Amino acid sequence: MSGLDDGTVPRFPRGVKFREDKVRGQHMLLGPERIFNADPVATQILSLCDGKRTIVEIVDALTEVFAADAATIRPDVESFLIDLRQKQLVTL
Amino acid sequence: MVLPHVAEAAAQPASPQPPIGLLAELTHRCPLRCAYCSNPLEMETRSAELDTETWKRVFSEAADLGVIHLHLSGGEPTARRDIVELTRHASQVGLYTNLITSGLGVTDAMLDALHDAGLDHIQLSMQGADGAVTDAVVGTRGAFERKEAFARAVVARGFPLTLNAVIHRLNIGQVPLMIEKAVAFGAGRIEIAHTQYYGWALKNRAQLMPARADVDRTIEEVKEARERLAGILTIDAVFPDYYAKYPKLCNGGWGARTLSVTPSGLALPCHAAQTIKHLDFWSVRDHSIGEIWTSSPAFDAYRGTSWMKEPCISCERRTVDLGGCRCQALALTGDPRNADPACIKSTFHSELGDIAVAESSAAVNLAAVAYRGFSRPGAEQAGVVVAPRSPYTERPA
Repeated sequence: MSGLDDGTVPRFPRGVKFREDKVRGQHMLLGPERIFNADPVATQILSLCDGKRTIVEIVDALTEVFAADAATIRPDVESFLIDLRQKQLVTL
Repeated sequence: MVLPHVAEAAAQPASPQPPIGLLAELTHRCPLRCAYCSNPLEMETRSAELDTETWKRVFSEAADLGVIHLHLSGGEPTARRDIVELTRHASQVGLYTNLITSGLGVTDAMLDALHDAGLDHIQLSMQGADGAVTDAVVGTRGAFERKEAFARAVVARGFPLTLNAVIHRLNIGQVPLMIEKAVAFGAGRIEIAHTQYYGWALKNRAQLMPARADVDRTIEEVKEARERLAGILTIDAVFPDYYAKYPKLCNGGWGARTLSVTPSGLALPCHAAQTIKHLDFWSVRDHSIGEIWTSSPAFDAYRGTSWMKEPCISCERRTVDLGGCRCQALALTGDPRNADPACIKSTFHSELGDIAVAESSAAVNLAAVAYRGFSRPGAEQAGVVVAPRSPYTERPA
């Protein structure tokens, strides 16, 4: 476990945008001169990062989408978000 | 659950994929007179500029076509009185908005308004790490201090900031200092971009070309700084192709990833493309961005590989670099279908290296630098920085 606090709220800093690209049928994370394509699972997680939900709430919401419990999902979500933080695409 | 993943988007194949970037050159007006200016020799005047409604239409069409990043550039884009309105519209139609600015003349009130309008990112040009070098490059005084104040105002408002440092012989000794300044200013990213010799810069090449040893040193300096500043400052670097073995994939390929629109509305595959005189560039006044991207002959002219001749057409790298830059091939070999002379397979390649060595071995002669926006000074007054007659002073033919 990498150990993000339960109260951690993932946010996109100014200059990073998560949006649906209707032309390409794809969700993307955008930064200056950078474009990251989000796969369907990343899209589910990032759609829940609204700057209000905590990581606990995000994981809870994901248990309703995926056939897995919170204990299974949480480590995946944490490592995903920590990787994005290293790319300066989210703040935690 | 499958592990989530974001992947950096791969390079797209040539047509018919939609473009990802639009460089909107809102105006050629600029408070600086940089010796390395990449804008064309003939600048467009204020009276020829597109109006607000036309730019808004262009941004809407670009978003519909699939453009992701919009670069609001010039000239100095904030010289447009409608810059805030244009930014707001671009943001509302879903474009990622990047302001490329000299930082001069941008007031705190304008920064606040741009923040409110949804501007996503600011890119500030940097010509040197101190006042003396900056003055010598931009041909005017006091710019460095104003840029520093601007950078701090940008960061204080929470904007992400990139510094864009264009490197040449006048400032190549300051690369490490410029990187330190970027950190001190609070920038998250710096581009160390060696001058590309098109447009005005080609005119000044003899004064700008760096020596090979200095280029090699900056490569090491950048490498060292990247490791030391990981997580603090992202450093992107472009090294000069006159010393390269292979050409760069210019702009991601002709008509493949980006397009430019000039102040008067001409749509170009790259912002130097007007040097290729036989091409017919359509105007956004007459055509939509979508029509231009998919149907205009100029965008098709060098798309993909079908236009190639030897040595490109049989080259194993033809889909890697697409033959390099068409504008550079034209400027230095006389034929835009030739291989970019930066390539070792070009018959002009050794000549290119000879030029670089010969020009860079001479001492810098500021008196010989032609600053933008001035008529060429006579020998006796050369290098003296004087006020331009107007921001639009036309070059004598």
